[in-house]
Amino acid sequence: MQQEDLLGTAASWRAEGRKVALATVTETWGSAPRPVGSNLVIDGEGNFLGSVSGGCVEGAVVAEALDVIESGKAKLVSFGVADETAWEVGLSCGGKISVYVEPVS
Amino acid sequence: MQLALLKALNEERAARRAAIVVTALASGAQRLVKAPDAAKDELREALEKRLRSGKSGTEETPEGKFFLTVFVPPPRLVITGAVHISQELAPMAQRLGYDVTVVDPRTAFATPERFAGIRLLAEWPDKALPSLGIDAHTAFAALTHDPKIDDPALLHAFSKNCFYIGALGSKKTHAARIERLKVQGATDSQLARIHAPIGLSIGAVSPAEIAVSILAEITARLRLGEEKH
Repeated sequence: MQQEDLLGTAASWRAEGRKVALATVTETWGSAPRPVGSNLVIDGEGNFLGSVSGGCVEGAVVAEALDVIESGKAKLVSFGVADETAWEVGLSCGGKISVYVEPVS
Repeated sequence: MQLALLKALNEERAARRAAIVVTALASGAQRLVKAPDAAKDELREALEKRLRSGKSGTEETPEGKFFLTVFVPPPRLVITGAVHISQELAPMAQRLGYDVTVVDPRTAFATPERFAGIRLLAEWPDKALPSLGIDAHTAFAALTHDPKIDDPALLHAFSKNCFYIGALGSKKTHAARIERLKVQGATDSQLARIHAPIGLSIGAVSPAEIAVSILAEITARLRLGEEKH
């Protein structure tokens, strides 16, 4: 159950003139901590609200979001044990997730 | 996501109307499908299935992969009885994301001091419940121990197909309740839907523990559905 109104936040941040990206979990495999549809809202300064992985890969998703804000182009990114970078960013649960990161334009 | 789409989506959410955002993962093209429009959409079957389950996910179609982000209104909890258990149950349920309403015509119980921050209606169920828009996204708990209050509310909960219906009282109390409700026209399948004694059997003693047992039972019904619980 979503406690925070993340999409309301995304709209109000945008209304304030901040650059905003929205990240959404699109697929999970194994024991991923946050369900499909979970959101992270990120602004151009790297501030974020919400969660896509319970803290495991938020840092990496924020970095992707800053790229997306810069380029204006959405992308689908994956994290998990099959991916070398996953060890670096550490999905401690051993699961895999895909995250769709898009600009709010 | 276009800001206009985001705003339209937020309007639907604020009005407690279900909607789905459809994203073509290859192109990034996006559209908002409001629940009443799902039946005439090209992805009709997938959209309707997901509106029922409330689960977001990817659909593979001949036209490519689509991600469907599903928004269904947050569940409601309606409680009859502004009793001690309700004082614990209502704020805990709010933390779990429920929109909570407590109904009790007994003004000695239904005081704002006892229920700070909770929607409280000091009215009889016959008067209070019809305006609440109770639906299949609503859980109902009868906690007064008073048949004059709980019985009509239970009949209303049956008629609105609440996803969870629970009633406080021992097995003996519940057997008497079943007899009364039968006389008032409740069917066997409706009566079988009542969780009574209310709450999972976890040896709960205090009002707060009983509230936990009730919320665990409601959560099981919400997440596992009827057949697995």
